[in-house]
Amino acid sequence: MSTATQTVMPEKHYLNEFFGIRSWLLTKDHKRIAILYLLTISFFFFLGGLFASLIRLELLTPAGDLFQSDTYNKLFTMHGVNMIFFFLIPSVPAVLGNFLVPIMVGARDLAFPKINLLSWYIFIAGAAFALTALLYGGVDTGWTFYTPLSSGYLRTPVIVMGVGILIAGFASIFTGLNFIVTVHRMRAPGMTWGRLPLFVWANYAASLIMVLGTPVLAITLILLVLERGFHIGIFDPKLGGDPVLFQHMFWFYSHPAVYIMILPGMGVISEIITCFSRKRVFGYTFIAFSSIAIAVFGFVVWAHHMFVAGISTYSAMVFSLLSYAVAIPSAVKVFNWIATMYKGSVSYDTPMLYAFGFIGLFTIGGLTGLFLAALGLDVHIHDTYFVIAHFHYVMVGGMVMAYLGGLHFWWPKITGRIYPEFWAKLAALITFIGFNLTFFPQFILGYLGMPRRYHSYPEEFQVLNVLSSAGASILAVGFILPLIYLLWSLRYGEIAGPNPWSAKGLEWTTSSPPPTHNFDVIPVVTEGPYNYGDDEEAAGVH
Amino acid sequence: MSTNQTTAPATGHHPAWAHQFENMQQQKEASSFGMWVFLLTEIMMFGGLFTAYMIYRIKFYDAFVAGSSSINVQWGFGNTLVLIGSSFTMAMAVWAAHKGKRMQQVVYLVLTMVLGTAFLGVKAVEYKAKYDECHIPGQVIGKGFNATGGPGCSGEGANIAEELEHPKTLAGKEVAGKPRAAAEQIARQSELFFVFYFAMTGLHATHMIIGLGVLAWILRRAWKSEFGPAYYTPVENFGLYWHFVDIVWIYLFPLLYLINRIPHH
Repeated sequence: MSTATQTVMPEKHYLNEFFGIRSWLLTKDHKRIAILYLLTISFFFFLGGLFASLIRLELLTPAGDLFQSDTYNKLFTMHGVNMIFFFLIPSVPAVLGNFLVPIMVGARDLAFPKINLLSWYIFIAGAAFALTALLYGGVDTGWTFYTPLSSGYLRTPVIVMGVGILIAGFASIFTGLNFIVTVHRMRAPGMTWGRLPLFVWANYAASLIMVLGTPVLAITLILLVLERGFHIGIFDPKLGGDPVLFQHMFWFYSHPAVYIMILPGMGVISEIITCFSRKRVFGYTFIAFSSIAIAVFGFVVWAHHMFVAGISTYSAMVFSLLSYAVAIPSAVKVFNWIATMYKGSVSYDTPMLYAFGFIGLFTIGGLTGLFLAALGLDVHIHDTYFVIAHFHYVMVGGMVMAYLGGLHFWWPKITGRIYPEFWAKLAALITFIGFNLTFFPQFILGYLGMPRRYHSYPEEFQVLNVLSSAGASILAVGFILPLIYLLWSLRYGEIAGPNPWSAKGLEWTTSSPPPTHNFDVIPVVTEGPYNYGDDEEAAGVH
Repeated sequence: MSTNQTTAPATGHHPAWAHQFENMQQQKEASSFGMWVFLLTEIMMFGGLFTAYMIYRIKFYDAFVAGSSSINVQWGFGNTLVLIGSSFTMAMAVWAAHKGKRMQQVVYLVLTMVLGTAFLGVKAVEYKAKYDECHIPGQVIGKGFNATGGPGCSGEGANIAEELEHPKTLAGKEVAGKPRAAAEQIARQSELFFVFYFAMTGLHATHMIIGLGVLAWILRRAWKSEFGPAYYTPVENFGLYWHFVDIVWIYLFPLLYLINRIPHH
C-alpha cells in the first residue's frame, strides 16, 4: 500500500456527479442502484439477525419461558423469510453483481438500466408487504409455507406475506434477465466468454436460476393465495387437493434458490483467491462450467427435501443420486481454489481471511449435505438441528462470508476508500469463531434428535444450546463491527486509488470510485482475467 | 464484437439510442434477446400452472371431463379465431413498422386492440355464465360453488350431478348414467377443474389486459411516427409478447374446453 499515500480521489465520479435525493431515487446508474440495494438488504440483514438473537435467547433454557410457542413460530418464520428472500437472494447479485458485472464485462451500464431501477422499486414494494405482515403480528408458517397449514389453519397474515414474496421475486427475475442479456450482448471488444471473470460466470449461472426458477415460485404463491383467499382445495386434501404437490412446486424454486444464494458467493471467492495468491486461477474452464453445472443439476434435486413426505421410494432414490451429483461441481471449485493457492504468493488481507473461512465452512456445509441426501440417514435427521446446522454452514458460513469478503475486497472500488485493516481482520476472525461456536453444536444436537422449530427441549440438550447461544452473541459482534468501521471509513478511510490490491480485471482499470459511465473509452481486452504470473510489476507488491 | 467507438456514429444519433449501447444494432439485439428471456420466464410461470393442471386432470379425470363439458365450446372456439386474427394483425403491424408505413401501422394496431378487447368481452360473458351457474370455486364469490343443483343456480349445465346421472342421448344412442352418489361426488370434485379454469384463463386474461395497456402506448408512439426501418424494436418485441399470449390460449382452449365432451353432449 506504499502508493496509497500519493493517491487522491478522482475529481468527478458516480457518487459526486449528481446530488440530492432525486438523483438517487431516479438514478439509472447500476452502481447507484447497487448502493440502494446495499442499504435495503443491510436493513433486512440486521432485522433478520434480531429475530435470530431472540430465537437463541429463548433456547438458552430448556423450558419455553421467554416466548409462547406461537410467538416462537413467528420468530423463526420471520427470521427465515427476511434472511432468504430479502437478504440472501439479492445479496451478492443485486449489490456486488449490480455494481461489478457491467464494469467487469467492459460496458457502460447493464443492458436495461430502467428495468434495473424498476427491480429495486419492486423489491421495495415486496419488502413493504413483508413489513406490513410483520407489523400485523408476523407469520408463523415457517419460511416454506407448507399447505394446508398455511392455507387453511393459521390466522396470521399469510396472504400479505405471500404477496410480498411474490412481488420481491420479480425483482430477482429482472436482475437475472439484465445480467444474462448484459453478458451476452454488452461485452467489450475482445472480452470473449473465455476471458470473462469467474465472478461474472457465477452470476450468469445464478441468473439462469433466477429467470427459470422464480416464475414457478410466483405461480405457486399465487395458487397458495387463491386457496387461502377463496377457501378452494388446490393443495388442501380436505377439499381434494394434494399438499405434496405444493411441496414439489415450492422446492422446484426453493432448492435451486439455494444456488442463487451460493453461486455468486463462489464467484466472489474465485476472484479473491486468485488476487491474494498472485497466481493465475487453476482450471479456469472447470470453475466456469462447474457454475453452469451446479445451476443445471440444481433444478433436478428438489425432492430431497421431501424424502419423508410420502413420495415414492424410486423417485426418492433418483433424487438422492442426483443430489450426490451436485457435490461434483462443488468439489471441483474447492479443489481448484486450493490448487490456485498452492505455490502461490499468498497474503492474508481481510478478503482472503473471509475466503479461507468460506472454503472451510462451505466444505463442511456441503459434505453434511451429502449426509442429508442419503435416504436412510435423512429419515433420522430430517427436520432436526442437523439440517439447521447444515444449511447455516452453507448460507452463513458460505454465502455471508463470501458477501462480506466481497464487500471488503471491492469496498475501495465502491467508495474510493480503504477500511481499517486491523478491525476488519479482527471482525473476520470473530465471525469465524462465533459462527462455528453457534452452529457446530447444532450438528450434534440434531444428530442426538433435537427437532427444529420448538421453543422448549429436554434438559440434556442445554449445554450444547448454551454454547450455541454464546456463539451467536460473538457472531453478532462480528457482524456489527463491519457496520461501524465501514461507515467510519467513508469519511476517514485511507484513499484507495484505482487498484489498491494490484488486482487484474477491468474494474481495477477505472478510477475508484468509477466515473458514472464506468470507462472514458470502452476498453479493448487482449488477455484473460487472471494473468498475475506474467506481470512483474504485480509480483513485488505484496 | 469488432465494433468500437469509431464505428458507432455509422447509424447516426437516433433519438431512441440509449447511452449504454455502442450502436443501434447492439441495442436492437439486446432488446430482442431480453424479450426472449422474458418470454422464457413466462413459459416457466404458465408451466407451473400447466403441471398442476395435468396432475389433477389425471387424478380427477371424470370431474375434469364433467367440468369441461359444462363450459360453452362455441364461445371458446370463436375466441380462438378472434385471437388468431389479432396475431395476424399484430404481425402486419410489425411489418408496416419495419416498412415505415405509418397509417397501415396505426390501422393494424387499432385492429389488434379491437380484437383483443373483443376476446376479453367474450371472456366476461363466459365468466358471467359460470357465475350464474354457481361454478365459481370457493364459497366467497356469488352463492358459492354448487354443481349439484343449488337454489338460484341457473343455466343449462349448472347441475353437473344431474347431467352425469341422466346424460342426454347421443345421436339417438342411449348413454348410461352414473349412480346418484358417484355423480354427486364427481360434481363436487369438478370444483378443482374450475379452479384451474379460472386460474389459467384468469392469468391469461391478465396478460391480455397488460398487453392492451402496452399496446395503447405503442399505438401512441406509432401515431407520432416514432417507428421506421431504422428503429421499430418496441413494436417487434410487443409482437413477440402478443403472439406468446396467443399461443398460451392455443394450449388453453383444448386443455379446458375439449377434454372429452362426447359422453355428455
